[in-house]
Amino acid sequence: MSAETKPLDTARREAALASAPHVGRAVAHESAELHVTGAALYTDDLAARTKGVLACWPACAPHAHAWLDDLDVSPALAVPGVVRVLTASDVPGTNDSGASRLDEPLFPRAAEGGGDPRPEILYAAMPVAWVVAESEEAAKLGAAAVIAHYTPRPPVLTIADAIAAGAFHVDGQKIRRGEPEEALARAPHRLEGSLEMGGQEHFYLETHASLAYVDEAGSVFVHASTQHPTETQDVVARVLARPKNDVVVQQLRMGGGFGGKETQANPFASIAALGAVLTKRPVRVRLDRARDMQLSGKRHPFHAAWKAGFDDEGRLLALDVQLTSDGGHSLDLSFPVLGRALFHIDNAYFLPSVEVRGRVAKTNKISNTAFRGFGGPQGMLVIEEIVDRIARTLGLRPELVRRRNLYRPGQTTHYEQEVVHAERLERVMTELAASSEFEARRAEIDAFNAAHPHVKRGLAITPVKFGISFTAKYYNQAGSLVLVYKDGSVQVSHGGTEMGQGLYTKVRQIAADALGVSPSTIRIMPTRTDKVPNTSATAASAGTDLNGAAVKDACDTIRGRLAALAAPLLDCSASRVVFREGVVASGDDPAKAMSFAALVDRAYHERIQLSANGFYQTPDIHYDPAAGRGRPFYYYSFGAAVSEVEIDGFTGMYGLRRVDLLHDVGDSIAPSLDVGQIEGAFAQGAGWLTQEELVWDREGILRTSNASTYKLPSLGECPPVFRTKLLTDARSLGVVHGSKAVGEPPFMLAFSVREALKDAIAAFGGHGLVELASPATPEAVYWSIDARRLLP
Amino acid sequence: MSAITFELDGERVTVDSVDPNTTLLHWLRANGKTGTKEGCAEGECGACAIAWRANGPDGRARWEIVNSCLVLLPSVHGRELVTSEGLAPRAGRDAGDLHPAQACMAEGGGSQCGYCTPGFVMGLFGEMYRATEGPLDPECIAGNLCRCTGYQPIRDAATKLATIRTRAHDAVDPFREKLATPVPALPALEHTHTSPLTGGTSRSFARPTSLREALSVLAREPHRTIVSGGTDVTVEINQRHRRHDALLSLEAVPELGVFEERDDVVLIGAGVTLASIEERLHPAPSGARSIMAHPPLGQALPMLAQLLPLFSSRLIRTRATLGGNLGTASPIGDGPPALLALDAEVVLASSDERGEHITRRIVPLAGYFLGYRKTARAPNELIEAIRIPRPFYAIQRFYKVSKRKLDDISSVAGAFCVDRDEDGRVSRARLAFGGVAATPVRLTEIEARLVGRHLAPSDVEELARDAAQSVTPIDDHRASARYRRAMVASLLRKLAHDVSSASAGASSLEVSP
Repeated sequence: MSAETKPLDTARREAALASAPHVGRAVAHESAELHVTGAALYTDDLAARTKGVLACWPACAPHAHAWLDDLDVSPALAVPGVVRVLTASDVPGTNDSGASRLDEPLFPRAAEGGGDPRPEILYAAMPVAWVVAESEEAAKLGAAAVIAHYTPRPPVLTIADAIAAGAFHVDGQKIRRGEPEEALARAPHRLEGSLEMGGQEHFYLETHASLAYVDEAGSVFVHASTQHPTETQDVVARVLARPKNDVVVQQLRMGGGFGGKETQANPFASIAALGAVLTKRPVRVRLDRARDMQLSGKRHPFHAAWKAGFDDEGRLLALDVQLTSDGGHSLDLSFPVLGRALFHIDNAYFLPSVEVRGRVAKTNKISNTAFRGFGGPQGMLVIEEIVDRIARTLGLRPELVRRRNLYRPGQTTHYEQEVVHAERLERVMTELAASSEFEARRAEIDAFNAAHPHVKRGLAITPVKFGISFTAKYYNQAGSLVLVYKDGSVQVSHGGTEMGQGLYTKVRQIAADALGVSPSTIRIMPTRTDKVPNTSATAASAGTDLNGAAVKDACDTIRGRLAALAAPLLDCSASRVVFREGVVASGDDPAKAMSFAALVDRAYHERIQLSANGFYQTPDIHYDPAAGRGRPFYYYSFGAAVSEVEIDGFTGMYGLRRVDLLHDVGDSIAPSLDVGQIEGAFAQGAGWLTQEELVWDREGILRTSNASTYKLPSLGECPPVFRTKLLTDARSLGVVHGSKAVGEPPFMLAFSVREALKDAIAAFGGHGLVELASPATPEAVYWSIDARRLLP
Repeated sequence: MSAITFELDGERVTVDSVDPNTTLLHWLRANGKTGTKEGCAEGECGACAIAWRANGPDGRARWEIVNSCLVLLPSVHGRELVTSEGLAPRAGRDAGDLHPAQACMAEGGGSQCGYCTPGFVMGLFGEMYRATEGPLDPECIAGNLCRCTGYQPIRDAATKLATIRTRAHDAVDPFREKLATPVPALPALEHTHTSPLTGGTSRSFARPTSLREALSVLAREPHRTIVSGGTDVTVEINQRHRRHDALLSLEAVPELGVFEERDDVVLIGAGVTLASIEERLHPAPSGARSIMAHPPLGQALPMLAQLLPLFSSRLIRTRATLGGNLGTASPIGDGPPALLALDAEVVLASSDERGEHITRRIVPLAGYFLGYRKTARAPNELIEAIRIPRPFYAIQRFYKVSKRKLDDISSVAGAFCVDRDEDGRVSRARLAFGGVAATPVRLTEIEARLVGRHLAPSDVEELARDAAQSVTPIDDHRASARYRRAMVASLLRKLAHDVSSASAGASSLEVSP
């Protein structure tokens, strides 16, 4: 019996038509079962399944800044199993993996116009050659055998050094509103200061990996752990001097990304591809943790010098901030990262008169890159520091000063974008203060602190406002390809990549509702550049906003065609055809129904196209960088957090006792996934602000390049009480299914941890401001307590 | 030369020849078992955790969870291994076939990117079959890192599993059935390997099964790298690409596994794992220990009870040994200061080349550390045991200062033992520190000055300041020398405060995940 003639079971029909939409359900991650059984495959797992695959290992320079006087790879070639050693002369195309401009040598090369013909070493551990061998062991021995001679040069290693040397990557950026100089002069109170904050290692559990091979026509296929397959394709094609259609990049899933694989996968994919082309064998590149940490970029450290003017109530009247980020040796994404810091210098606070300037320092360190928040956290940390100082200067409670400065409806940011739904800021702060019992706990903590001289607790509430959209306008587009097969089963491709955030799961929910089929009949295909071309990075929290909308667009096209076919069969108008859970029925008379599979089979025989591509571009966004005015963000996300900490005054060691989070994700597409993103982002933010400390020595060597020296939060940092709620009644108009982006904004909820630490530090005694370094390691906390004790 | 044989997810595996420097993780992944992941290759992240069957201190079989990146492949000879891929052979065809340790993680949002997940699953697997009753022990997943979730859903999954665990005893469960019979003693192994990559040099791994054999091997070949739990040797192999030509594994030597509570000393064999010591400190409340010559050891030796939870994660403690910790003699190891404060002694054994005459000498730990990673142990000697003399000190405190509370390396560790007379004046004191010099040190001069004083904060203030000036710490990525110096004073003040305050010992900073 064919699908077409098979009668539709009444019970099945009724159950399908009565079922709730998939969007909005708390669902498990679509790969959860593969994750827990170890069956989920990551890029390097594919290498273990590839016959005859060769391994690569880099020979790395020991200096942060040097001339490469000479390079002899012949000893490496003498190591048994070494097949080839890749150096600059092997590159058929452009010896550069730069994402935003050609300033990132894949192999060392002479500086442009520098006069000296010797290749330059730009950061410690820069690979001078990559050894390709039959095994990783042979490649490592080969890399150790490479002989290179260097003439060391003085390195620039800190932002301060770069400022002193005038070493910057590009011209500065500026946003200005009002007359901040005058406003400062007139303000009843003025403060000035500076703040330095450290960077952060992404520490995705899966290190960088690529696997490349060449097909019978000589075209290159690359599996890469990349958040941006299209850019990886672009860079590989450029390195190989091939047209882009000669390179296919596939991304199945990543073991975490967090921005660290937005541009940083490109050099490793290029090496694998170059090796595959030259050896005509499959070639894998897989970094161990130390190589990954030494060779890939991180969150930008920032320095801020600021002046603020404010009134007796603590309201900000004027602000002047100079931001300098540590871009590392190449530009990479530093310019837009800096831009987002400037955009977010306000966090959730209205700034009537402000000038904020930014510049990117050039140093002899790894090139810093995207990381969850993309400069936003660094900008926002500055204003949180300032608001705390204002409160302590005036003797007001910090939470009071925070609330007094919140945006009100109708107010605009310093770049004059209206903060739509600004009332949600007051709402999240009020609702969270109530649900976290903030006032009662404040009193309890005061009592506890009075009774305990050597242990103090602290409590803080902080808000978050975060703008959603790529600030590079052209990135705000997405494509999709939806294929419906004759049996009604579906394949969905889109340009987004899955790194654990649940994009594939949400896309499947969206496609299931759009086509009216069960998610179990939909396969989300690995992301490939030959399915959907010219895609944007999965970044800026916009994965679901963009790709979900593009997939819905394609599904809607197919559904429209099927509805037109079904209407006469079901004796209703096309607009009244209902698609739900594999059943297609008349909205006028549900008894008139057929299965989705039967309709699809019919459509095939009627020669109706069962595939479609979809597209989405974010509307209504624009920005004029010269004027510093516009609407760079399609919308804002809001949230607030309350954290309680306890500090041991003898050592400065501390723990989180309780955390309450309230966050605005619009109408959640997948509430359990969104809560997972919020909690995970908070933990990662807390890590950045507390124990995650990157330490370079005076030679520019990274001394914290593995898990034993760079300490991520572990189970012990998970607060015993950890409550996360989604803001209710928060539909986001104009976004797919009324949802909001969730990846980045909750990262900044962790400011509450730093502010709570300050609250506890202040409780140890002394007076005045709380001087606390960032990250606030136990040592930093100890010195902060100590400094207040020593004040006269 | 003999082949390495073991059981892996129910299948018999024979490896004829392998470089003995190869880790189990490396071998698993190279042979298609890619469900086991590498996140750090130094035992910090737990993504490579696997289970093997081993006997506990009570002699009963259990599933031990270990980091496969810290196990040399020859070490698994004769063992029975299970990975995340072997827990539910039929999964994928029928969702109901997931093992409970997997199901609770999948259902509760415990996985996001999924890369750390197999390791957490193995931790939960071990917890599922642990010998003792009681609520969830969060230690089962405290040695695993997750960068996505913030741990809350994983903790929830573990809590859920804890309730399943108590109900699961009736069900037919092949993994539980395996625990009905004790695991046979580990067999001996002599494995050699030659490849072009070793330049024709033969590499060997010897695993003798008696002290006599082990000592005779060492007498003949004193250059052999000694491997106890292997948690340090493998890190050198993985992180610094050290390759050893000749390894001597002690894990099958039964004499090194003794643990005796004698009237004059507690004797801990050098090969007793830290996890095993911990279990003996806190024996299960069963009838087996109803007649005891001494109070439970955890009460008598709170130093060790405080030390062990802070000493790395259980994934490492399951392999690491006290003998190994003293053997590597790291200046930042946590065992040495604790043992120094307890006046521990090291039993060093050696023999002639034929193993006929065993010679032993007892070295006070205070005379054991000679310089940076240099000790009094001669190349032909093995640490046989650690002796902790009775009577134990009345006051024992172990404090660890580190960036992360758990599973971190100390910036400074302080271990203090004090006895007081009837007036409350100090009669005997031992103040030992790690992380403040090239070796673990005792501040003997400060100890002497403490005698005769009370332990009130005001009594120790001057000594605390002088103590800080007497050490020679360095600046590094963990802490500044200035902070380390400050911590020497601070920890002595903390000692005085804790002892003086009514709530002594009840630190509110105890981690409570």
